[in-house]
Order: sequence, then C-alpha cells, then structure tokens
Amino acid sequence: MKEILIRIDGKEVSAPAGSTILEVAKQQGIPIPTLCHLDGLSDIGACRMCIVDVGGKIVTSCTTKIAEGMEVITNSDRLAELRRLNLELIFAERNHVCSMCVSNNHCELQDLACDLGMQHVEVPYAYPRLSLDASHPKFIIDQNRCILCGRCVRVCAEVEGAHVWGIAGRGSEARVITELGIDWGDAEMCTDCGKCVQVCPTGAIVEKGKAAAEMEKHPELVTTLKERREND
Amino acid sequence: MTKVRVATVWFSGCAGCHMSFLDLDELLIDLAERIEIVKSPVVDTKEFPENVDVTLIEGAIANEEHYELVREIRERSKIVIAMGDCAVTGNVPSMRNGISVNELLEGVYGNERTTTGTIPNEVVPTLLARVRPVHEVIHVDYFLHGCPPPAAVIGKALLALLDGKTPELVGRDLKFG
Repeated sequence: MKEILIRIDGKEVSAPAGSTILEVAKQQGIPIPTLCHLDGLSDIGACRMCIVDVGGKIVTSCTTKIAEGMEVITNSDRLAELRRLNLELIFAERNHVCSMCVSNNHCELQDLACDLGMQHVEVPYAYPRLSLDASHPKFIIDQNRCILCGRCVRVCAEVEGAHVWGIAGRGSEARVITELGIDWGDAEMCTDCGKCVQVCPTGAIVEKGKAAAEMEKHPELVTTLKERREND
Repeated sequence: MTKVRVATVWFSGCAGCHMSFLDLDELLIDLAERIEIVKSPVVDTKEFPENVDVTLIEGAIANEEHYELVREIRERSKIVIAMGDCAVTGNVPSMRNGISVNELLEGVYGNERTTTGTIPNEVVPTLLARVRPVHEVIHVDYFLHGCPPPAAVIGKALLALLDGKTPELVGRDLKFG
C-alpha cells in the first residue's frame, strides 16, 4: 500500500494511505483523548473529543484521513481548552450524577473529566427531564446518562448485525432508540446479546440488578471479537 | 502565631463531606495548631463571622436561605472552596431540577401523603426553582470533587493553602462520585 508522509507534533512519520490521524497517533504512542471511538467499530466523529489541529483547522482525528505533507498538532492550549469545553457541554446536556450511577468508578466520561483536568462545569446545566426504559428483561437504557456516542448503534449494526439501535431527533433532542422508538422489551430484532451494554462508555445502557458503582463493562471484548473474525 | 480562620458550612448535602473532613484523623491535631474553626455545623455560632480566611462549602444552593447566606459568605471569606459534588455539580439535590417545585411538593406532601396533609410553608425556607452548584451563585476559588471528597484531597488542599500555595488538584483528585 502507498505510504504517506506527515508531520505529527513536529515528528515526521510515514503511514499507509487511508489511515486516520488517530490511527497514526496511536501507532506513534501519542495519546489523543477519545470517547465515541472504539477499536473494532467504524468512526463517526460524534463526541468531538479527539480533535486535533491540522494547519490551524480543528478536525476530528478519528474521521480525518492523512494526506501527504499534513502538519498535525495533537496537543496545545487551544486544543486542551476546546476539549474541556466540549466535555463540559457533554456533562451539562444530560443528568450525570456520578455518585448515584451504577457505572461510578468504571465510566469513560468520568475518567475523561479526570484526564482533562475539568475543575467544574462552567456552562449552565440543562437538567432535562428524561426517560428510562426498563422493559427489556435483562437491560436498562437510561437517557439521563447517554452522551449520544452512538457506540450502541454501531455495535448492533456492525458486529451483531441486528440493527436494533438508532438515533432519533436532532441536536439536544436526539435520543438513542430501539426499533423506531418502541420499548426495548418489545424489540423483536434484539438478540439479547448485551454488546450495547459492554460498549456503552457511561451508565446509560446497563444490566439490571446493579447498585451504584457495581456495573463494570468490557468494551475490549467487542474489539477482540472483531479482530478474531477478521483474522479467521 | 495567628491562626488561619477557617469556616465550614452545610447547605443542601448529606453531611458526608463534613464526615470526610473529620476523617482527616490525626492530621486534625496538626491542623488545630494552625487553624481556628470560626464557624461550622459543629461550632455554636449563629452569625457567619467577618474576616474568614478559608470557607469550605458542602452542599448545593437549594433554597432562599442558602442563596442569601452564600453571598454573605463570599463577602466575608478570602478563599471559598466548593467541597464535594453537591457544591460542585448540584449532584443528588439537583435531581429534582427537571420537576417544578409545586409538582415536587405536591408529590411529597400532597394528596394526604402526610398526616397533616399540608405543604410546609412556615419556618422552612422557600425552595429555589432550581438547585444550583455554588459557582453559579458566587465566585468559587477551588473545587474538591467526590461524593464525598476523600479526606486526603481535603487535606491536600488545606495544607497547600496553609503553606501559601495553590492546591494542585489533578488526575484522580478530580473524580466525581
């Protein structure tokens, strides 16, 4: 495959054409914060955490493919500020109450707040009144904790092939839905596989019967599953 | 040596942050040499004193009394610290924010749910339409995350301030919940 030369944080590197900036950064051991990205699923640039600077323009590194002579900066004061503001907006948009959450201490959103040094949420909290669907016999979807990363939608379509999950509405009105908006328990296409639970980065999609801080997830299972399928 | 004047206040929270403060254990003995607690739920002072060096605020701003008092506290304190998730984010108390105050009070006290069947409106302060984190009402200098913040984080912040340094709260110090 054709190799392309780019400069990333001042360092000249070559990578196969078609690689994304995020992939190249990972290969080089350069950390870029991510939230909606998961190895094994397609990238959609939903969360905007992985932004980088390409010649002064801010782009999502998970969806931007490298091009010859590209100059990429993965970390700067401006990027740190934008990422933190973005994170604050995610926190403010729904009702994230870590102390009461089943995913407390095992949450990618909570971890990111630590990693990015978010001292507090400066933007006003929206406090929307949102629903919780516990109609499925094994799982729950709590919209209060959903960050609209779309991992559930992608894993269900791309790995399980069931296409149960979708996103309805736009902007702050957007919601993850099961089968065109019916109760999850009535969704006949659902195979009860639980992959959406494992990949959900927060406490939005969880197993029933868990108390605060008891829900541990393993998104890497999906990554491994996808790798093994491709290698067979 | 003049002691540093420290106050702690308790707004809409469960007292867990104050418990965590007490969990400083033997560090409290060292702190007692250097600080004087001039106002706290465990100190019998009615008025919030003047010239306070550091005030630790536990709890969110949930009613009119909190709203008035927190502004007085800001005027009388050099440094204000939001202690714990309720003060920093609104946390559990703010879970009522999607519900109107009337609907909330009706839900709790209305429809003969209590023996008197009335909504309390005397003596207790009026609830604000929305519970707010402290920084939405006054300027906050430092934020201690956690429900409650670990005693080590409270200690780290206080010791840094006593040494005239800026508390360096990074990584897991910033964990909510």
